[in-house]
Amino acid sequence: MRPSLHYDVVVIGAGVAGLTAGARLAESGARVCVVAKGVGSTHLAPGTVDVLGYDPNRVESPGEALPAFVAARRDHPYALLGVDAIAPALDWFAERIERGPQPDYRYVGGLERNHVLPTGVGAPRPSALVPETMAEGDLGADRPVCVVGTRALRDFHPSLCAENIARHGVEARAIELKLDADRPDVNALGLARRFDDPVFRRDFAARLAPLVEGDERVGLPAMLGLRDPHGAWSDLKERLGRPVFEIPTLPPSVPGMRMFEALRAALRAAGGRLVMGGRVVAAERDGAQVTAVRVDTAGRETVFGARALVLATGGFASGGLALGSDWVVRETVLDLPVRGAPPAGSQRFGAEYFGEQPMARVGVAVEATQRAEGTDNVLVAGAALPGAEPWREGSGEGISLASGHRAAELVLASEGLAAAA
Amino acid sequence: MAVLSTDVLVIGGGATGAGVAWDAALRGLHVVLADRADLCEGTSGRFHGLLHSGGRYVVKDPRAAEECIAENRILREVAADCIEDTGGLFVTTPADDPAYADRFAEGCRATGVDCEEVEPAEVLREEPRLHPGISRAFRVPDANIDAWKTVWALARGANERSGARILPYHAALDVHRRGDQVTGARLRDVRTGEELDVEARVTVNATGAWAGKVADLAGIEGVQVLPGRGIMIAMNHRLVNTVVNRCQMPTDGDILVPIRTVSVMGTTDVHTDDPDDQTVAQDEVDAMLEDGEKLVPGFRQARALRVWTGVRPLFQDAKEDVASTRDVTRAHTLLDHAERDGVGGFVTITGGKLTTFRLMAEETVDAVCRQLGENRPCTTATERLPGSEGGEHYHLGERLARREDTLRKEQVVCECELVTRSALEESFRQRGTDNLDDFRRSLRLGMGPCQGGFCIYRATGIMHGIDGMTAEQANEALLHFLTERWKGVWPILYGDQLRQARLDDWIFQGVLDVGHLEQ
Repeated sequence: MRPSLHYDVVVIGAGVAGLTAGARLAESGARVCVVAKGVGSTHLAPGTVDVLGYDPNRVESPGEALPAFVAARRDHPYALLGVDAIAPALDWFAERIERGPQPDYRYVGGLERNHVLPTGVGAPRPSALVPETMAEGDLGADRPVCVVGTRALRDFHPSLCAENIARHGVEARAIELKLDADRPDVNALGLARRFDDPVFRRDFAARLAPLVEGDERVGLPAMLGLRDPHGAWSDLKERLGRPVFEIPTLPPSVPGMRMFEALRAALRAAGGRLVMGGRVVAAERDGAQVTAVRVDTAGRETVFGARALVLATGGFASGGLALGSDWVVRETVLDLPVRGAPPAGSQRFGAEYFGEQPMARVGVAVEATQRAEGTDNVLVAGAALPGAEPWREGSGEGISLASGHRAAELVLASEGLAAAA
Repeated sequence: MAVLSTDVLVIGGGATGAGVAWDAALRGLHVVLADRADLCEGTSGRFHGLLHSGGRYVVKDPRAAEECIAENRILREVAADCIEDTGGLFVTTPADDPAYADRFAEGCRATGVDCEEVEPAEVLREEPRLHPGISRAFRVPDANIDAWKTVWALARGANERSGARILPYHAALDVHRRGDQVTGARLRDVRTGEELDVEARVTVNATGAWAGKVADLAGIEGVQVLPGRGIMIAMNHRLVNTVVNRCQMPTDGDILVPIRTVSVMGTTDVHTDDPDDQTVAQDEVDAMLEDGEKLVPGFRQARALRVWTGVRPLFQDAKEDVASTRDVTRAHTLLDHAERDGVGGFVTITGGKLTTFRLMAEETVDAVCRQLGENRPCTTATERLPGSEGGEHYHLGERLARREDTLRKEQVVCECELVTRSALEESFRQRGTDNLDDFRRSLRLGMGPCQGGFCIYRATGIMHGIDGMTAEQANEALLHFLTERWKGVWPILYGDQLRQARLDDWIFQGVLDVGHLEQ
């Protein structure tokens, strides 16, 4: 079948890695289409940029810890990408957020020092680059914390969160505010939309203000606005006269959705196209070149021709990899060779939940240039890369940003596209 | 040390032990029921959920078949609310010996198991996922029975009728003997470490596969129980709505039981020396998936939610070697130790199957009454259990129907199993336990396709808000649930269920970072 649409690069997957690669390429003038079955990691993850949280001890400075971390793990994506690939990707990302659709919203921090932010259960979680709306929750600071929740939000439990923060050594207490009297259930996304409304947050602040004491800072579930988080956050800070911070909790993640919106806006602003709900069903090849992909959108197949592809479909959680009941791991879109799968007959998972999981580090087999083995023009980025355990290492967004950004640079540097760009 | 005095002490809180407690309570006896873990945490809670018609045993073990059909009819009346009347089928698939079907039909006639041969085409219309090559099919009155619900109804009934004390998490440390008389036992609350002496006129050993160990505590020798270990796999859909058995001599992986929102494939049979053996061997899993394909082509494409091991108590008096535990009788054994060993005040009941628990309890309490020298007739064949007074079976849509009534008023904590916040809070207060796994068993919290991915954080937070639980206890409950859950999922993780499990890891280890809670 002849391609009906021609692009320089087709990116498969609209998580952090795919959108980063797509936007970065488009900004350099390449004709780019990002095709995705659905939204990716952003809507699940806390919305922070984790670079290196554990090595396996809690990392204070990712910048300082990375060289030794990489030296000890030659199969890790950071070893493949090179530690130097991380900082430019983070800078690029922070700029895209600042230029993004949420006015004045920005990320703070970097590789020098991890923030230690409370999670929904009150555990201290390290992260390098975080939304300004979360930063003041840093448990490195002594200032007492007042965690505020509402019974109707079943995805956040302030008393457990506060007591665990206190166990970490920061004075903390919890209060519950009745937010939505006529509904048994609300979710963070619904509340975030209401926080975009200045009238709602004025009323909220008025009810909360008399309940907060001393020099407490106020922790809220991550729901302070979707379109205008900076406005919602600074408004609350001002009205309460004290620091306010968001605490990420169960999906769907409001801060993650902001991140998605900002990256999507960057892609579109640069002329890139995004096709959501598009499932790649087959690839057309010419030897080691993948020349086109056939995409099923709304029951109709379209052929997208491409000079290069970036595969950013994630691991098992996102459906980029699948383990069959025959215990064989497959890459689900292009059927590329995988690496790191435990050999047949050996143990796939460990019996201890927090123990070693042999299947966890499997990914698409790549060369140093992120090129998938057996292809000339498919680059791999994000959680599809082998060798990492992103949640346990606290490295997910770092890997996705750095590999997405670098994949774009490598495609641009390759001969064929330099001309196009 | 606290001392309790009672007529009957029952050790073992499975279906048999709880059945004994209920039976004895109805006969006006005072009862203490103790289990080392939660009620129904052992074999009774670890089977496929089949209420036998007896069809499975008509050729191989006619006596067991007769007991099954008789008890099946009784339980449909007295435990109606615990039973879903799915009906059952025996089908001859291309993998089965076609000659067995006639022997099966003859066996049903001989044992009185209701059986009607039906056209395979008719069966395939009803159960379109079944293997299209089936050549013979028979309808039998199999059904499913919710063991957890049954055991809790028995325990609640025993308590309501005669004030029975129900003591989960109380392990028997010692069985007291005074000469030739057993006088009770010392128990330890495994959660608090507190010990308790129970003085009992008769002590019932209803510990199934562990019966030999408890008999040892009483100084009684030769109670030999061969534990037979079997795995079961729950698939996340009702692949069938009728219990489906392969029409062949009972063997591994030949039955699929629809129960609640899942269907359970069973089972294997491996001799083990240790009743606490919870091994799930990879080759058993592989064989079971293969067997599933023989009944329902495409079985492997469905999501396997969970796998577990149950240990059958198979009593053997002779000490000859037994090659396969499947050849030992499935019928139960009652040991009246006054008659057998000259030791009074002690009765052991073991063997059998969940379907016959009531009969086992009846015979046991008859023996108890003989020892007490009292004439108290059994009434469990006609007395309905709490919750079953209306005589109606539960049906699949029941929870959803209830939920629709309160849709706008109640918060749902577990979407998969429709567990509401009020039900959970009430249960937290009643049970006085902080083991979230207990609520999995009693409310089905976290039993659905996401295996607690979303609800367990919520449940932990809600539990922490009640009764002044500390964060440390709440954290421990959460971590305990996660580690226990993992045991039942890792051997069968593949396909979309692996994807689900990775999403759950993402939530717990990534978003919430529960692995780094302050110790």
